[in-house]
Amino acid sequence: MSFRYEIRLSGAGGQGLILVGKIIAEAAAIYDDKNATQSQSYGPEARGGASRSEVIISDGDIDYPKATDIDLLLAMTQEAADKYAGEVKSGGIIVADSDFVKSPPEGDFAVHCLPITQIAEEKVGKKITANLVALGMIHKLSGVISEESVINAIRARVPRGTEEVNIQAFKYGQDLVD
Amino acid sequence: MKARTFMMQGNQAVAEGAIDAGCRFFAGYPITPSSEIAEYLSGRLPEVGGRFMQMEDEIAAMGAVIGASLGGMKSMTATSGPGFSLKQENIGFASMTEVPVVIVNVMRGGPSTGLPTMPSQADVMQARWGTHGDHPIIVLAPGGVREAYDLTVQAFNMSEEYRVPVILLLDEIVGHVHEKVTLPAPDELVIIDRKKPTVPPEEYLPYVADETLVPPMANFGEGYRYHVTGLVHDETGFPTNVTEEIEAQLMRLNTKLDRYEDEIIQFEETLTEDAKIGVVAYGSTARSARSALLRARDEDISAGMIRLQTIWPFPTDRIREFARQVSHIVVPELNLGQIAHEVEHAARGEAEVVRINRISGEPIHPDEILAAIKEYW
Amino acid sequence: MDYSQYLRNDKLPYIWCAGCGDRIVLKAILRAIHDLGLEKDEIAMVAGIGCSGRTAGYVDFNTLHTTHGRAITFATGLKMARPDMTVIVVSGDGDATAIGGNHLIHAARRNIDITVLVYNNHIYGMTGGQVSPTTPMGDFATTAPYGNLENTFDISGLTIAAGASFVARSAVADIKYLSNLIGQAISKKGFSLVEVMTPCYIAYGRMNEKGSAAQMILDQREEAVDVEEAKSMSPEDLQDRIVVGVLADRELPEYIATYDRVISQAQQR
Repeated sequence: MSFRYEIRLSGAGGQGLILVGKIIAEAAAIYDDKNATQSQSYGPEARGGASRSEVIISDGDIDYPKATDIDLLLAMTQEAADKYAGEVKSGGIIVADSDFVKSPPEGDFAVHCLPITQIAEEKVGKKITANLVALGMIHKLSGVISEESVINAIRARVPRGTEEVNIQAFKYGQDLVD
Repeated sequence: MKARTFMMQGNQAVAEGAIDAGCRFFAGYPITPSSEIAEYLSGRLPEVGGRFMQMEDEIAAMGAVIGASLGGMKSMTATSGPGFSLKQENIGFASMTEVPVVIVNVMRGGPSTGLPTMPSQADVMQARWGTHGDHPIIVLAPGGVREAYDLTVQAFNMSEEYRVPVILLLDEIVGHVHEKVTLPAPDELVIIDRKKPTVPPEEYLPYVADETLVPPMANFGEGYRYHVTGLVHDETGFPTNVTEEIEAQLMRLNTKLDRYEDEIIQFEETLTEDAKIGVVAYGSTARSARSALLRARDEDISAGMIRLQTIWPFPTDRIREFARQVSHIVVPELNLGQIAHEVEHAARGEAEVVRINRISGEPIHPDEILAAIKEYW
Repeated sequence: MDYSQYLRNDKLPYIWCAGCGDRIVLKAILRAIHDLGLEKDEIAMVAGIGCSGRTAGYVDFNTLHTTHGRAITFATGLKMARPDMTVIVVSGDGDATAIGGNHLIHAARRNIDITVLVYNNHIYGMTGGQVSPTTPMGDFATTAPYGNLENTFDISGLTIAAGASFVARSAVADIKYLSNLIGQAISKKGFSLVEVMTPCYIAYGRMNEKGSAAQMILDQREEAVDVEEAKSMSPEDLQDRIVVGVLADRELPEYIATYDRVISQAQQR
């Protein structure tokens, strides 16, 4: 079987999870030259409501583009943590935002429940960069994408003029799990 | 020009395929989950000298693309379930008058407003029989992003070559999944344009066909002043009530694709050669099926799949042959068995058809298909 | 002038009933085209469904007989593909304002350079005299046996409010004037509409005791009042009168021209 790594990014609409999914997929597929798919499940709301974005990274073909056995789960709300923790594989990783996830899931996985949004607000000065802080943690913990590729993908995907602040948020995220 | 590698979603690949196939007019109306096609083309079309319009409704969008095609511009519209229902009368008009157009339907669950944001394959039969009356139609269903691009190019080519509306059926997963794709350089593509009349205008009979059964088409404004009507018409294009003329025109219309089935019908076979148990699938469901199939092979189960890229006309002959080879044909679909019924019809009892159906908005998991393969192995 | 040069003479006689005003409209259209000196190849006539829609079959242009109510949408696409062509839509009151009402107001709002001629005969003629959006209140129709219960549309007023460059109204009784208005409409850059009051003796007149076909035409001439004169008349005085003339003629941005600028802008990017 070829290498397959599954990431689910879950939380609320408006938290920028789809963007994070696109950055990870682009970093892996375009800059690291692996295969990747990014897909999403969404409701009718553009803001609020449950949001879910999934990235599959592989060195072979990706048939089923949805997560079946999650390697890494990002949970940005308590609801998301409760709902999806059971789908994380044995030995997998959960990244959670302690500002929202007050009771972190327990199980056969490593939980990194840290104040993601708080870091974005206090260190970066912009609460909306919490998604990029989370991306920094995901990059560090998963080890499946190179740092250079992620930074290239951030530059390509975030709104023009916000590249540096987003890269700064990404680095704070990396530092969080050092 | 060089090949281009991008991270791209299916809807965007459809838009890129359309541009590269020569589409220069798009009319649409906002509807989830197809809107990205319109959004993307609203920016891209003027860059290549084309024109984009957001119309007042779905019906208007369908009318406008037929009008533009008659004016000589390759044209496309895109929609989803409810909008597809609204377009049906004018799709019939295009079929009847033999005006080339491409219609994209990124399916959603129905009936009615249904499940706007969730995957479904429930419009397979509507794509075939949605408009009233017997009529020819071609329906293609891509299984991934690169194929969405390829089949869009082919949809334009087929619509131009056979003068028939071609429907691209995507499901939400194919429409929205982002994948790495390498698109060919546009100048490497084979592009087919409608056959023009070679006779002078005074000798032009717009609905007289040679042995190809496809009449040459003059565009409006090229000196061939002729009449186009959705009424049953004779060879001159004018309405007729004469039984023999009605019969001749409608039979040519309804049989013109038969002789091209080998070119129109496309499917991809995976491990069918020695298969003892079969799968027939299309769209994103075929991705789940392929995943299940490969895992079955790991367990020494001889499973094989025919993945439909052309849904209509249906590959009856190949499926019948396949049914003679395998004991069972598993047909997973995000509907209640619209293609399974067709597979059963083709199999004529030679193999048992096993249905896996889902209409709750969730995709079919590879485990479910694997379980069915194992159960009937 | 020789009208037959613009006709598909082998398609005659007309499908229209004896006494039908649509024949007069056809003549007025051809005269306007002749006076403008347009080439037949550069004209497209796009028709809807109904008696009006049959006009397209008789004229030697590029002709398109579409689905019910949708002629304006086909015409819009055709104009986008061939901005150089003169695109004329022929439609009726039911076709243009009931089933196709949405397209009428949005094409006017967009102000795309097509000309729409609405043959207003107050009834669905071809299908057998059913009530339409312009059947006067209280009048009878095959689907209004107790009299029409509904208000009527002011087709011209609706189109002006929606944003068209040019709107005019005339009755068929004055063919020269009608022809002149159609000519002005075709020449005008932008969306133009001429509302043509044309009597339907068979499906509407008989049921409502309007007299002979000729009488209906004469009555419309009596009812006609010029738009300038109408300005000094009270609403009561204008009841049962047909206000004729150029009702709107204004310089507004035209859609195709605006889109051409978008193309230039996009191609410079």
